[in-house]
Amino acid sequence: MLEWRRRREPSKTMLYLSPLIAIGLTMLTGMLVFGAIGFDGLRAVTAIFITPLIEPQRWADLGVKAAPLIMIALGLAIGFRANVWNIGAEGQYVMGAIAGTGVALLTHDMTGWWILPAMALAGILGGAAWAALPALLKVRLQVSEILTSLMLTYVAVQFLYYLVRGPWKDPDGFNFPQTKMFSGSQTLPAVAEGSLVHFGVPLAILLALIAWFVMSKTVAGYAVRVVGRAPAAARHGGFDASRVTWATLLAGGGLAGLAGLFEAAGPFGQLTPQFPVGYGFTAIIVAFLGRLSPPGIVFGALVLAVTYVGGEIAQSTVRLPSAATGMFQALLLFFLLATDVLVRYRLAWKARPARSAP
Amino acid sequence: MSTIITRRTLLAGAAASSALPLVGAQAQAPFGVGFIYVGPVGDHGWSWTHDQGRKALEKEYGNKIKTSFIENVAEGPDAVRAIRQLAQAGDQLIFTTSFGFMNPTIQVAKQFPKIRFEHATGYQRAENVATYNARFYEGRAVIGTLAGHMSKSGQAGYIASFPIPEVVMGINAFHLAAKKVNPNFKTKVIWASTWYDPAKEADAAKALIDQGCDVISQHTDSPAALQAAEQRGVFAFGQASDMKAFAPKAQLSAIVDDWSGYYIKRVKEAMDGSWKSGDVWGGIKDGMVKLAPYNDAVTPAARAAADELQKGIVAGTIHPFTGELKDQKGTLRLKAGETATDEMLSKMDWYVDGVQA
Repeated sequence: MLEWRRRREPSKTMLYLSPLIAIGLTMLTGMLVFGAIGFDGLRAVTAIFITPLIEPQRWADLGVKAAPLIMIALGLAIGFRANVWNIGAEGQYVMGAIAGTGVALLTHDMTGWWILPAMALAGILGGAAWAALPALLKVRLQVSEILTSLMLTYVAVQFLYYLVRGPWKDPDGFNFPQTKMFSGSQTLPAVAEGSLVHFGVPLAILLALIAWFVMSKTVAGYAVRVVGRAPAAARHGGFDASRVTWATLLAGGGLAGLAGLFEAAGPFGQLTPQFPVGYGFTAIIVAFLGRLSPPGIVFGALVLAVTYVGGEIAQSTVRLPSAATGMFQALLLFFLLATDVLVRYRLAWKARPARSAP
Repeated sequence: MSTIITRRTLLAGAAASSALPLVGAQAQAPFGVGFIYVGPVGDHGWSWTHDQGRKALEKEYGNKIKTSFIENVAEGPDAVRAIRQLAQAGDQLIFTTSFGFMNPTIQVAKQFPKIRFEHATGYQRAENVATYNARFYEGRAVIGTLAGHMSKSGQAGYIASFPIPEVVMGINAFHLAAKKVNPNFKTKVIWASTWYDPAKEADAAKALIDQGCDVISQHTDSPAALQAAEQRGVFAFGQASDMKAFAPKAQLSAIVDDWSGYYIKRVKEAMDGSWKSGDVWGGIKDGMVKLAPYNDAVTPAARAAADELQKGIVAGTIHPFTGELKDQKGTLRLKAGETATDEMLSKMDWYVDGVQA
């Protein structure tokens, strides 16, 4: 009989190699599966994973798609390190966008450099406020933040639907559910004249650097890690678990909210019912693909962005169905979890129990 | 907004100049025609009918053209990327087939002034962006007539997507026609907030049937509502395509979209250089909207009334929106004998009396 045995100390090298192995296995399996059902498997995998990387025209797309994933995943990873499972980043993302849009609609006829920072601040506060509810419920009433944060996502989405159809509906929009387009002072500037890459993309990288510094070089980061890994030791060492719960949820919500505002003030330029596209959920994959470390998250977000952008290339060139994108993302998560299990455990033959004499 | 335009306009120059050599090199290559779909091509509804149009193009022009499509494109920034992907791949005429692709289409069209775009159901046009749509409300009036005759409870359920003029107009046309048959007719609306979500559509249909509706109509793209109606033994209508295979007993008829004639004409114009931007709104008369064969269950009286209405619409003697017409709040919208203008229809944001939306 085979059994799982926990490895005494998982190999550091393998821990960081496993995402790469998972990506390799995903490509190989995808190639075989799509080859078996009549597609050119090699071309399909090339279109999804390679073309977006070698065509400079696609780089801007990758950056724009990766930026919100990076920001949200950074916040989530901080919480996951402390065993705080915020699953509702999508809702905090939407509430951040709503709060920032509120400022945009109030200042629609004004101009000034201060408008965009004010919107960004509102975005952070909106996301953090939405994450404060699960924090409060967890600290005061021990309600699982997994449930509350997830459920609040649906509330946030319904609130968005209400706003774009009701009080915030564009008066010149033929009754279509959407807000006014943001003005020039309310739109994220591009990094270079004529580029599609907005200011949020470099900022996401900068935030990753800051998160890396805070998590690995400061006492606050240490507290988060200790509370996550050894709650008893943390209590003994005087670290307050409730404070860590509050701080990680607020940070996660704030980052998701900022990502939402950047998406609204960047690529969308307005709020519509189609605004929530699931970044908050995809960011969970990104966080784990990146081993909960900020540099890893930047890498993980790029991988996911490649599958989105490449999925469209594969559709128009190899005629792969759109479901292929989802399939590749699912394969990726599956192989990542599978390789992770093997990093932490090993398969061994079970020693036969000695038979007792009849 | 203004800075976005300048920034994007500047980009247009760069993108266009980089695209030019590509176009030149492909002068002898097949003419590229691209499609962007909001749902999967397998939805058997809206996106499927557009894909039927694409297939009709391939049949008509063979090797002279090369078609490509991207399905399941979210309405928003993802659409910008998808449309640009087709433009950069060398397509010279691109059909974007959902309302939410309007701003993205206009944005990308600015970056690619040499490429022509056709946006379905929108209202923004440009030199290289035309719009087209079908007068689905004519089909809605026909199925409304059938519903009025066939419903025993006098209550229809209507699964709607988003309260945009297109959808509101459909609900009103359906209800007005049914009310003409049965003055006490009620139309109950459930908003699904999606164009395509079979599970949600089926749930909405079941909820409406539980509330006593015995005819179901929908403005969403899958056959799920019909399947629910088939199970529960009530009547329903196909949407966008003939969905009889999914609900042989329940489907009384279906509003069938036929884009092939328009697509064949526009591709020909784009190839011979006579393509011009504009707005086309075709109905039953133009063959853009068709009705699927009636179910055997449809009574002779219902059949005759529906046929007569179709004939009247084609002849131009009947308009589904003819006064006197009051909205829910009792405001007079059309005086006796007056018919709705296209402008009034395309901005419709009120419901006629008897609609529960």
